[in-house]
Order: sequence, then C-alpha cells, then structure tokens
Amino acid sequence: MITKQEVQHIAKLARLGLTEKEVEKFQKDLSLILNYVEKLKEVDISEVKPTSHSLRIENVMRIDEARVADPKIRKKILDLAPETKEEYLKVKSIF
Amino acid sequence: MDLTLLTIKEVHGGLKKKEFSALELCKLYLEKIKEKNKEIFAFLTVNEDSAILQAKKIDDLISRGEEISILAGIPCAIKDNILVDGVKCTAGSKILEDYTAPYDAGVVKKLKNQEAIILGKTNLDEFAMGGSTENSAFGPTRNPHDLNRVPGGSSGGSAAAVAANMAAYSLGSDTGGSIRQPASFCGVVGLKPTYGTVSRSGLIAFASSLDQIGPITKTAEDCQIVFDAIKGKDEMDSTSVEMPKIESRLRRDKIENLRIGVPKEYFVKGIDPEVEKIIKGAIKKYGEMGIEIEEVSLPHTEYALAAYYIIAPSEASANLARYDGIRYGYSAKDGKDLLEVYLNSREKGFGAEVRRRIIIGTYALSSGYYEAYYLRAQKVRTKIRNDFEKAFEKVDVILAPVSPVLPFKIGERIEDPLSMYLVDAYTVSVNLAGLPALSLPVGKVGKLPVGLQIIGRPFEEERILELAKYFENQWKI
Repeated sequence: MITKQEVQHIAKLARLGLTEKEVEKFQKDLSLILNYVEKLKEVDISEVKPTSHSLRIENVMRIDEARVADPKIRKKILDLAPETKEEYLKVKSIF
Repeated sequence: MDLTLLTIKEVHGGLKKKEFSALELCKLYLEKIKEKNKEIFAFLTVNEDSAILQAKKIDDLISRGEEISILAGIPCAIKDNILVDGVKCTAGSKILEDYTAPYDAGVVKKLKNQEAIILGKTNLDEFAMGGSTENSAFGPTRNPHDLNRVPGGSSGGSAAAVAANMAAYSLGSDTGGSIRQPASFCGVVGLKPTYGTVSRSGLIAFASSLDQIGPITKTAEDCQIVFDAIKGKDEMDSTSVEMPKIESRLRRDKIENLRIGVPKEYFVKGIDPEVEKIIKGAIKKYGEMGIEIEEVSLPHTEYALAAYYIIAPSEASANLARYDGIRYGYSAKDGKDLLEVYLNSREKGFGAEVRRRIIIGTYALSSGYYEAYYLRAQKVRTKIRNDFEKAFEKVDVILAPVSPVLPFKIGERIEDPLSMYLVDAYTVSVNLAGLPALSLPVGKVGKLPVGLQIIGRPFEEERILELAKYFENQWKI
C-alpha cells in the first residue's frame, strides 16, 4: 500500500492540489493500479530495447529561421491568458 | 425519404444532380440535433449559423456549375479535443470550459479545404481519458441504441452522433481504443489509422506516442473517403508521414487470397460469451467465402493493458503540465503565490479520472521508479510490437473482438477504475504497436451492437477497408 505521504509528495510534484479525502482515495486507487501492473515483472525483458515511438523515423530538422507570427493569431493567443500586461503574461510572485 | 440516412457518395450524387440542396440537408441535420441532443447529449457545441452559411456557399457553387469535392456540403461533427478556429474547444474539461480555439487543427484545415460543413463539437471523456464518455465534465452521452447505456468512449459523442444520424460522419481520436470501442458500442464504423498517417496538429494531446485522429462513419466506404481526405504529412506535426505508395497493390490483391489470422489470446476468460459468438460467426463468414483462416498467437497480449496504463498516464502527466492557470484555461485567482495558483487551478479544473492518471504517470516517472515502471513498460511495448510483426509474417490481417463486453449501463463501472480499464483489453495493443485497426458492426445482442476488429500491417488501411466493404456487400448490414 502506498502511504499518504507518498501520495502527497507525488501530488506536489504534479502541482495538483488534493483534499484530505482525495489523498485517501488516491492512496487506494494508486495501490490497486500498481498492484495490477506488477504483472509486467513476469515478462523477460533482458536484451529488449524500449519502444518510445512505434514508427522508425529519424529526427526531423528544419532551417533555424525565425518565423514571424501572424499578429492576429498572436493577439488571439494572448487574449486567452487569464492575466496579461503589455503583451506579457502576468503571474503571481513566487514567494 | 430521410436524407440523413444517406452515405457520403449518395449525398454527393444527390447534390450534384440537384435532387436536394446542401442547405436543405444541413437544416435537416440541425433539426435532428435539436430533437435528439437533449436525451443523447452527443454535442457540446452546435455551430448553426456557420453551418448554414457554409451550406449556402456550396449551393452557390453547384448552381454556378462548379466541380465540388466529395465531402463538399456534407455535414460532419468533430470531437471536442480537435481545434476548429473560433469555436470553443473544451476537451470535456472544466479547465478548458471557456477556451476558444485560436487556429484550425491540420485535419480541420483539410476538411475545410474540401468545403465540409462542421455542425459542431462532440462530447468525450475529459481529455479523452475513459471508455464511456461518463468522465465528461459536462455530463454523459447516452447510447442511441439504449439510452440507459454508455456509448463507449472516449469518442462517445462522435460515435453517438453518427449512430443517431445527427451527423453524416465524424472525427474521433484513439489513444487506447477511443475510436474503435465507441464505434463498436454504437454500431458504426471507426478507423484508427497507422500512427503518423494523420496529423495530430491541433489535437489536444493526451499520450503523444499513441494518439491518432480517425473517422467514424456509417459505412466502410464512407470511412475510406474521410480517411483519404484527412491523411498525409503535415509540417506542423513532425511525427506525421506520407503513406507509402502501396495502395494500388493492395487494391489489386484478391480478397479471396488473403490470409486471416485469429489470435487465440483474444478469446479467453473475460469475454462475454454472446460477444464471442457474434465475432466467431463473423470470422466464419469470411471463411465460408474461401478465405484462409488460421490461428495466430500474440503471446504478450495479457501484458498490454498493464504496459498501456503506465505509458499513457506517463505521457499524459507531462502533456497536461501545460494547464497551469497561467497561459490559458481556468485560473484560480485565490492563491497567494504562484505555486498556489498551480495547485488550486489544477485541483478545481481537472476531474477525478484525469487527476488519477496524472498521479499514476507522475509516480511512474518519478525518481527511483522510472526503471521499474516506465522503462519496463516500454520494453514490454517492444515485445507486443514484435508479436504482431511475427504474426504478420504468416497472415495479412488479424480479426478480433473490439470490446470483451457489450455496452454497459451508465454508472456501472465508473466507481471502479480498474473495471473500466479492463474494457480496453483488446484495443490498447494496436496503439502500442502503432497499427491501423477498424471496428465494423457485424451483429447485435438484442438491440446492442457488436463490432469486429480488423487489424492490419502498418499503412495497410486500404486492405482493412476492402475487407470491411466486402463484409458489408456480402451480408448487407
């Protein structure tokens, strides 16, 4: 069983606020799921390379040239931000 | 005659011959949506005005005698995790409740170039995480065949819309079965293309190495038409590729000469005997037409689900980091510092399943556990892919069930995440291996549809579609 402290630690890493009740719920859910995936240990994976991507493709390159954004799209994107100031995103202080 | 029952080719023909107008057809669909959406809840947003405007434009083109493309004037629906410029795109989440897409997804651009009519955006499990559409922050979609049951998910709204004739076709996305399973539950055709054949630009990311957009349609022929319209390399998605030119060769191959494989691991305990009976019956029908059927083995099948439920949440936990209450989406204003803005925005904005998966993913990627979980899962992924490669040396396609169970009742599995995940047992392997696969309705248990899964080699969509069309033509479904 995953401990309460572990759930709280993971939630903080994920920047996810949890209520006290949810901590218990996730403790249970996470333990169940981790218990289920234990079966992966039955597979012999010695000398197997990991697959991160199903296609065998090479890195995709392009010329390193700045592309000027369409000012209309730029405005649309900035308008989506909760708070802006002079074309910058505004955030709360870090302390 | 009800025009909303027509296939894409039939509508196209009717429009060209001026048997009916695009406006007439569009209004019919909008009426159907008005009449049925309250109980089915397939649509989150309906673009009535822009749809009508577009229909008038098509009628104008036709009256001037101009050539129109095959999808011109045909009303469709788009899953609400695919961006349509100027239209709200929620991903079924509170965190994007007020988000308006600032540009078109690659696939939407392609449909617009063909003068398609976009009726609206369809409901889904939040961020496409789920198999029942019950995880939508805006309420569940209901199965048109039985309103007490789920339509499947996560593309439940897109599948229900087509099944209830509220759209001629729709687009969904499939990360672990999210096109095929709802297509199976709603009795329509759904194709998950080979990874990379359709651009993911403008698709709200869930698990980037598994996500793929595909069509949900009334027939296999419609499916082929929509797939042809949306496929192709897109410079905005560096993982997209041009399909190799093997189509004409595949089309020349005689269906009767194909070799079909049936994986023995897909017919074990856990499958509903009534589903098994229908699937085996459908496979037998292919056999009776002289197609060679043989048993194949995919020995790592039983590990696919466990590998998937490490890999997909891991990728999701990274992809969903962008919802921080700073750049766009819901922002909790009450925090005293930046950290509290993050914590509170994500606590209030994300639903239970999304948070569960972020927690699993973050755990699997965290220091000390990475090798035990994530890396191990990726190695098992290689094993699963190798299984398919080996099987495809012997056979050309693989037939299997899409779902081990029939559409279940709303509320039946939602409290038990593991029981919901088990529904994905027959679909996740295909995403892990990047293969194309289609769900074809082949029968019913009572009024509940059952889909046959046709899995092909990479880039052999053409062959899958031909085989599906063959079934439709032989046994008129």
